Amino acid sequence: MEKRLLSGDEAVALAARDTGIALGTGYPGTPSTEILEAFGALGGSAQWAPNEKVALEVGLGAAFGGGRALVTMKHVGLNVAADPLFTAAYTGVTGALVVVTADDPGMASSQNEQDNRRYAIAAGLPMLSPADPQEAYDYFFRAVELSERWSLPVLFRMTTRVCHSKALVTSRATPMTPRAPSFVRDIPGRVMVPAFARPAHRKLRAKLADMAAFGETSDLHTVTEGSRDLGIVTDGVCALHAAEASPGASFFKIGLVHPLPIERLRTFAAGVKRCQVIEEGDPVIADALRAAGIAVESKPEMFRFGELDVGRVRRILARDLSTEPPLPKGKPPELCAACPYHPVFAALRKLDCIVAGDIGCYTLGVMEPYRALDTCVAMGASIGVGLGLRHVLPADQARRVVSIIGDSTFIHSGVSGLMEMVYNPPKLGHVIIVLDNGITAMTGQQEHPGTGRTLEHEATGKISIEGLARAMGIDTTIIDPFANPAGFATLLAEKLAAPLLSLIVARRPCVLAAADIRGWEKAAEATRAAQACAGAACGAVPEDA
Amino acid sequence: MSHTVTNVILAGLGGQGVIKASDILADAAVRAGFDVKKAEVHGMSQRGGSVTSDIRFGVKVLSPMIPRGEADFLVVLAPSEVEVTRPLLRPGGVLLAPDFVPEGELINKRSLNVALLGALSAYLDIPERIFLDAVRAALAERLHAANEQAFQQGRARAATSGAAALGKRQ
Ligand SMILES: Cc1ncc(C[n+]2csc(CCOP(=O)(O)OP(=O)(O)O)c2C)c(N)n1
Ligand code: SF4
Repeated sequence: MEKRLLSGDEAVALAARDTGIALGTGYPGTPSTEILEAFGALGGSAQWAPNEKVALEVGLGAAFGGGRALVTMKHVGLNVAADPLFTAAYTGVTGALVVVTADDPGMASSQNEQDNRRYAIAAGLPMLSPADPQEAYDYFFRAVELSERWSLPVLFRMTTRVCHSKALVTSRATPMTPRAPSFVRDIPGRVMVPAFARPAHRKLRAKLADMAAFGETSDLHTVTEGSRDLGIVTDGVCALHAAEASPGASFFKIGLVHPLPIERLRTFAAGVKRCQVIEEGDPVIADALRAAGIAVESKPEMFRFGELDVGRVRRILARDLSTEPPLPKGKPPELCAACPYHPVFAALRKLDCIVAGDIGCYTLGVMEPYRALDTCVAMGASIGVGLGLRHVLPADQARRVVSIIGDSTFIHSGVSGLMEMVYNPPKLGHVIIVLDNGITAMTGQQEHPGTGRTLEHEATGKISIEGLARAMGIDTTIIDPFANPAGFATLLAEKLAAPLLSLIVARRPCVLAAADIRGWEKAAEATRAAQACAGAACGAVPEDA
Repeated sequence: MSHTVTNVILAGLGGQGVIKASDILADAAVRAGFDVKKAEVHGMSQRGGSVTSDIRFGVKVLSPMIPRGEADFLVVLAPSEVEVTRPLLRPGGVLLAPDFVPEGELINKRSLNVALLGALSAYLDIPERIFLDAVRAALAERLHAANEQAFQQGRARAATSGAAALGKRQ
């Protein structure tokens, strides 16, 4: 087969096509975003969901229906999707469900560096951990097979370096035969009321025990015999760093990180003088082995932070605890020169606002010259945090609190904040600014339900931000802050002065996306017009409206 | 095994074409029959922040990331990034800074990335013809002329500076 240079994300997309994935869904998030984009480009059925929880639920439904489904998200996305995830472990699936979680050790583009291997343990789900694009491709087939064999969702843990590094990938000549989805009723299996959930939990634990036994002999784990003085237990991209740092060592490379092949690892550790676990993030493997009474060395605490590389692995092996040289400090990103957000931050600064911020390009408003962002925690949090501040602060401060949130983030998880605001209004009201630049800019310009275009930029149903706010009885104004900076500042000052619940939609397209948006919109308009026409002629609702 | 691997770091600012250049280099190395890995961190890069891309090729490449201070070549597109990235270069490694090819010599100054690739190409065991194929494959046809010129400009500079002969796989 021909070898191609692919990123890990592209390799997963190719594998998704070759395993007959019937539906791919997710929410953008670095470094996972390119998977669905590439899957769509390969002709796969790929779509963006409003957030990760909905994506997982859609994927679960597809898998209940006997289809093969792929759901993608970044690590923090799994926090949003955790609720259905834990119970999906009980229900299991009929088709296949592979959930990609892309972790970001070192936080190249994230707000935390949580280690999602912990989710596999907490939810009781199998998790695969590929090291490079070729393994990402190969393991994806294994993930589909495991999911179908054990009727369980399978977690697929990638990391920034696995997602975004490119390497040669050989794909399979023969794809998997697709499944034909069909509904088979299974009420006790899928309706998780306590009477059905109790046996379902036992069933899950039995499956995991079975899977652990499978892991004891599976070729998902590879043992390389080398020096008896040093044995290295590792997973994911760390296996490559370690192989380069210490080519002579013995290796136990773990492919299935949950459940672990404890007995095989016990034998491996017993066969070497020093057994060192090399893993990124939390000491998940080391802790599990120690809990099983296996004598292994865990990395020192300082290596919990940031990603590993060959140099850091050498240090761990040398037990070198000296201070590491700082990473090169390059130029941090900043708002584009013609970004529509500039006048917004200028006004927030001028009015000395207390800004409950959110996640997106606009988080860069924290930088000089504005420094106009006081909090940034999780997507959607700006609204709740702003309300909390308003509730407790003295009046002269409360009056200056503003929540700012991007359009994609608003759709993702801002809407429930609006409900909270209407239901528990602060005494002095509140002001929300939705920064509507018509795209999910931060992650590389993805569509979302507010744009009215699909992942592939085709016309579809459109959610109106102002329509939602008005439906909740919130005073709503739309303004182009870039065309009218002074008007924007005046409007904001007015709204802050009134003890009202108000929402300002600051609408102006992202300059980097504007030309593309115009092109997509033109094509989308044409489709909408054609559909409206067909609908009017036959009096029916257009089929895919 | 590392002695059989060539380590190149391309650095610059978002929007300068660092990733594009690294894609071209990686593709050229693949076309030349090498095992290749390439790593970079992107996400915020389009907002003008620092970007670096690691390209490694040889008989067999393990880690996708070049160990700190072990780059054989450091190609930098932005003056502001030269000092920042210098520690990534191994002692005796080759630095190609942005002024290696004067901007005025280029038909299109956005081709600086390809010009520096041209300079780099003079040091590498990858035939020029293959490199040019990779350049053409990566760019729209209307950009071919300007970029081939830039590539040749860089390559000629490296040849006349005489450094290429010395730098070759020492
Ligand atoms: C739960 C979660 N999912 C995904 C992300 C990745 N992410 C960060 S900001 C963002 C959306 C940004 O879009 P928008 O709110 O429209 O702001 P813009 O970048 O366009 O300014 C996404 C998807 C995240 N940080 N957390
Ligand atoms: S990409 Fe768009 S939204 Fe982000 S800083 Fe640039 S102009 Fe602003």
